[in-house]
Amino acid sequence: MAKQKFMHFLGCIIPHRYPSIEKAARLVFADLGIELLDMEKASCCPAPGVFGSFDRVTWATIAARNLTIAEEAGHNITTGCNGCFASLWDANHELKHDDELRDAVNENLATIDRVFKGTVEVTHYVDALYSVAGLEKIRETITRPFDGVRMALHPGCHWMRPKNIKQKDDSERPHIFRDICEASGATYVPYKDELICCGAGGAVRTADVKTALDFTKQKFDSLLEAGGADIIVTPCPFCELQLDLGQVEIQKHFEAEYHFDIMHVVELLALAFGHEPEEFGLATHLQYMQRKNEPAWQVLGIERPTADDASASE
Amino acid sequence: MTSAEEKVPIDIDNVDHEFVALIKKAGGPNIQSCFQCGTCSGSCPAGARTNYLVRGIIRKALLGLKEECISSPELWFCTTCYTCTDRCPQDVQPTEVIKAIRNIAVQSGYMLAPHQKVALNVLKTGHAVPLGGETWEKLRQKVGLETRPPNASSHPDAIEEIVKLAKASGFDKLVAEKEEKKE
Repeated sequence: MAKQKFMHFLGCIIPHRYPSIEKAARLVFADLGIELLDMEKASCCPAPGVFGSFDRVTWATIAARNLTIAEEAGHNITTGCNGCFASLWDANHELKHDDELRDAVNENLATIDRVFKGTVEVTHYVDALYSVAGLEKIRETITRPFDGVRMALHPGCHWMRPKNIKQKDDSERPHIFRDICEASGATYVPYKDELICCGAGGAVRTADVKTALDFTKQKFDSLLEAGGADIIVTPCPFCELQLDLGQVEIQKHFEAEYHFDIMHVVELLALAFGHEPEEFGLATHLQYMQRKNEPAWQVLGIERPTADDASASE
Repeated sequence: MTSAEEKVPIDIDNVDHEFVALIKKAGGPNIQSCFQCGTCSGSCPAGARTNYLVRGIIRKALLGLKEECISSPELWFCTTCYTCTDRCPQDVQPTEVIKAIRNIAVQSGYMLAPHQKVALNVLKTGHAVPLGGETWEKLRQKVGLETRPPNASSHPDAIEEIVKLAKASGFDKLVAEKEEKKE
């Protein structure tokens, strides 16, 4: 079978604020024999909450420009961000089904000599991991299982919702993201508010960070009521930012202190596949940079990197 | 909706009869399927902590109370989590209706300053969250990546394309006009 290839859509938050996720994705997909191709000249997806709320045609036009880059290369897209996935997948879907929108978008694209053809599919890392690599291959690749580590999940919204249109998982009882995370060997900890939004989306974090953090705080309190967890895993960098940096911000806005280690699913798998945390810079998450602390290495069953290793690259 | 200020009766003769058609065209085609059950608001995490009431906004929209809908600050508390959309028994797709009303609000000049800034970021850098200064380039180096990712952050011609697209769709004016209004 030919090696599976994807155009790798980075977006903004992963490459610009949480580059550890970008690096971890490269390690994990290489381990699984899936090739990620750089998507040169891709822009913002654009942010579905802000742009989708401003002007639907402009939103679809900028998203379509990104789609044409993959169409030219002839490969499907994969992205590790729920927001980017929402914009690219939704725009691709709407452009394939709404001729009026497609005409308006192609009229705009003509000014830069591009045309949306509708020849590629958009996937999330979760799709690539579950449907292309498969759970069996993931399990085979694990060399450092997270035995005894208590893991809570934050699946976020836009990978699986709206469920009737995306048709990926049951958004009231999702299992796909959980199956992937459980393959790491960690123990799944359910909590009441697992499925509520982190609070960041829909342009809310941008306009009113305190209201956005109030969602996050509710999730943390719900998790503590369920007995707490050693890590929270998410498939989205914007959720990761909200849950990770959000702990520092919550301390400022609510005078409440939380200490959760947050990981993107590809960071979890990179560690479970035997990579050392300094290979992708787990300790560069913004909560650690701002609080000047480190992940709870011992709890995670990982040897603490020496000071030299922690700042080294590769 | 939960405020203590006095409410005046709704004047049903003074409504915008085009508003529903406008919403349907702007991306909320199923708004007229709503039978006001309230499942949306009952499911809404934003409504649990703010005055944002999806059912109320949809009812007002159906009555043609355009100005009340588009000028409401609560309109911007929806995180687009789509829980209401997944649970709505009438397939109203309330999230899409809210986004459509936001589109109309923006066309009418209602745009929050921080949102405008994000829009301008995309026109200036190609990204809503730009790479920014040296701090972030160093962070990338620290994890073993090239200083600049292969996106618009290292391709000025990609930004030029975005600017041209914004001009073609009229988005540049939509964002810029608001900038002048703020003065």
